[in-house]
Amino acid sequence: MAEVKDKTEVQNKKMVVDEERCKGCGLCVNVCPVEIIENAEDRINQNGYHPAEIKPENQDKCTSCTQCYQICPDVCITVYKE
Amino acid sequence: MMEKVASYPDSLTEKKFHYCPGCTHGIVHRLVAEIMDEMGIKEETIGVAPVGCSVLAYDYFDCDMHEASHGRAPAVATGIKRVHPDKMVFTYQGDGDLASIGTAEIVHAANRGENITTVFINNAIYGMTGGQMAPTTLEGQKTTTSPYGRNLKEAGNPIRMTEMLSVLDGPAFIARVSVHDPKHIRQAKKALRKAFRLQKEGKGFTMIEVLSTCPTNWGIKPQESLEWLEEYMMPVYPLDVYKDIEEVE
Ligand code: SF4
Ligand code: SF4
Repeated sequence: MAEVKDKTEVQNKKMVVDEERCKGCGLCVNVCPVEIIENAEDRINQNGYHPAEIKPENQDKCTSCTQCYQICPDVCITVYKE
Repeated sequence: MMEKVASYPDSLTEKKFHYCPGCTHGIVHRLVAEIMDEMGIKEETIGVAPVGCSVLAYDYFDCDMHEASHGRAPAVATGIKRVHPDKMVFTYQGDGDLASIGTAEIVHAANRGENITTVFINNAIYGMTGGQMAPTTLEGQKTTTSPYGRNLKEAGNPIRMTEMLSVLDGPAFIARVSVHDPKHIRQAKKALRKAFRLQKEGKGFTMIEVLSTCPTNWGIKPQESLEWLEEYMMPVYPLDVYKDIEEVE
């Protein structure tokens, strides 16, 4: 966990998914008010799920509202704000 | 400089949950863990895990945990609390555990006003054993043992544990909450926080019933499950505070 977070902090993302914990349930995708979360189609994690992600070009649109964190049943999401 | 506003709570171990994708058990685990973090009680809390899908809850909460046989969590928690009255003791139980095989234990723990907190997950079905009808299954709801839908004449009515227990004199706080959207999740956390606080203050038995989903055994997708809960479960299991000693004091 710590590793993932540190790496992404450097990349200045507001919403970070622990991809190996993610089960691709899509609840965060549906809850995000600005509709920027998607399940990555180009890869799967070790358990075979398509992890949730925000494309780099959409990172700016995140309002840090934490709704994705709230709904995520697998506690995969960390939210930062500027 | 980015500031962290929401992240994995300290009071959860790093073990990945075994729950199915979209199962709301994980949300409730997180809420309980966040409350332990906020109250700073991780080191003084003892949880009692049930039999059912959440049987492995002892792997996930980073406090001391005890496993109880099926339905007996409130009795085990009673023993722990009486020996260690200075500890925070909670049970985490599903509807098959609490509302069926463990009905006697929960009723009498509540009636005695044991100073413990029960987190009661109601998802209207037996999850771990493969989607059988539970006492909480809705009228007409299809399960593996009610393939034509629950028939009230044969199987009785969905049981409302929260309402039943709230007429007893022992409990200090009993509420029903839901975790189907962020707003309700916040309300659920508020109720859980109050239950833990009242226990800390020695006020007696507290229980929070949490309406939850079981996408796998309901046979629908995670998002549809949240909608199904709101549309079909909430009318049968209304959200409210059913008992609150602070209101009458
Ligand atoms: S914090 Fe809010 S805006 Fe940002 S990704 Fe999550 S739900 Fe969307
Ligand atoms: S809610 Fe959590 S587990 Fe589900 S897709 Fe989003 S990050 Fe993954």
